[in-house]
Amino acid sequence: MQRPAQHWSAFSLLRHALGGHRGWRPAWRDAEPRPEYDVVIVGGGGHGLATAYYLARKHGIRRVAVLEKGWLGGGNTGRNTQVCRSNYFYPESAAFYEHSLQLYERLTDELNFNIMLSQRGILELAHSLEELEIQRRWANAMTLNGIDSEVLDRPAIRKLAPALDLDCRLPIVGGFIQRRGGIARHDAVALAYARAASGAGVDIVQQCEVTGFDVEGGRVRGVTTSRGPIAADRVALCVAGHSGQLAARAGLRLPIQSFALQAMVTEPLRPVLDTVVASAVVHCYVSQSDRGELVIGGGADPFASYAQRGTLNTFRDNAAAALELFPAFSRLRVMRQWAGVCDIAPDSSPIVGPTPVENLYLSTGWGTGGFKAIPAGGDTLAHTIASGQIHTLLRPFQLDRFASGRLIDEGAAAGVAH
Amino acid sequence: MLRIECPYCGTRDQNEFRYGGEAVSRRPAQPESVDDADWAAYLFYRANAKGPHLERWLHAYGCRQWFLLARDTATHAIEGAYRLDEPPPRIPAAPDETAS
Repeated sequence: MQRPAQHWSAFSLLRHALGGHRGWRPAWRDAEPRPEYDVVIVGGGGHGLATAYYLARKHGIRRVAVLEKGWLGGGNTGRNTQVCRSNYFYPESAAFYEHSLQLYERLTDELNFNIMLSQRGILELAHSLEELEIQRRWANAMTLNGIDSEVLDRPAIRKLAPALDLDCRLPIVGGFIQRRGGIARHDAVALAYARAASGAGVDIVQQCEVTGFDVEGGRVRGVTTSRGPIAADRVALCVAGHSGQLAARAGLRLPIQSFALQAMVTEPLRPVLDTVVASAVVHCYVSQSDRGELVIGGGADPFASYAQRGTLNTFRDNAAAALELFPAFSRLRVMRQWAGVCDIAPDSSPIVGPTPVENLYLSTGWGTGGFKAIPAGGDTLAHTIASGQIHTLLRPFQLDRFASGRLIDEGAAAGVAH
Repeated sequence: MLRIECPYCGTRDQNEFRYGGEAVSRRPAQPESVDDADWAAYLFYRANAKGPHLERWLHAYGCRQWFLLARDTATHAIEGAYRLDEPPPRIPAAPDETAS
């Protein structure tokens, strides 16, 4: 019944070219929901699809469904600014995000799908000597955790990003770079996991909203959806933005608040910036996409919001911050502006693992940086669901930390203050 | 940009104000008698409603008073602003404010 995904290569391209390109099959199967599964994953974004892929491929669980209320990768997976990095300060986060970056480095080969990972480096700017001292400590902490980092002086930054105005209102005195950081094509990551999961037998069901949970005796038995009830041994919530809404339907309250984080792209221009530049002081980050558009992100709207658009004054502040660093961009026109709804935990770290409802798992709190965590989030959650044992990398990221007080305060590591 | 009606100063631009989070249940009167789970529930756990939302705001660049705002988190429509010494409006998503 299942046909494995076609292997893509230069040879297959040539073969299909000889056949007039009429032999291509869809990359993944748009499935109809079946009445029962071993694992139901709610949310067809990067984290949900990656979890499904690792469950099927690594742990041999074949009866897996991914239920998506809209379309595949249409939430924050398609709204983020594509940054991949592991430049975290605390050991728990460093280990987790480094695992993710290493998986990203192999992902194109593993999934036979070009995710267009470009390790162009991520540069954090320091606008004062004091900030540079803190960054030096940060970079040293990364080195101790086995992650590459390098402190740069002004001439090195000028050489790396000539478009930067080093003598802006808050002059740039230095910075540090993780050269293995960079960007990857976000849609490709979702599609690559979808194709690989579908090829391994996972049902990807679109236009199927989960409206409730079937909980009996403190244990989840299935979900009710807009397309009928579905029984499941285990259920994982992998939605972004609406974790609280969904968890409330299972009777859970979460330490999560939702905020709208916006981004924008300008009209395309010739190559001008081949690294990712971030500043926590003027509050923005900028990179240039492969199409030549400048991708600009910045602060979140300063109040709770489920609006996927962002307010005008935050948009204006973010644009002003980018122009402070790159005055030469002032005459570019903005083509698109949008926002994604981010689930933010009090310590800006994710919450991934079991919940008080038995067999109901949670992957939330990815805040403003879930994209870079997709491979590791999927890998570790799949391990946790398959084995019933919390993955070693996930132990610090459990719900109980809010009662025990063992928070992992990564507010600073968001790159800009959200 | 929201236009927020401060109960003391009248309508001003949002950037005069600072958001203070969801209006949660009152601080336990005797924190030492509350266990860790309840204290975490008070400190961190939120309804995080999509829709009508009762929240705290500070008129930081005005009268510097805290007050309550009833706002819809999906549409940003503002229902009203209330002084802390008035009885707050009934917002279904935030029943704790009037409790205890």
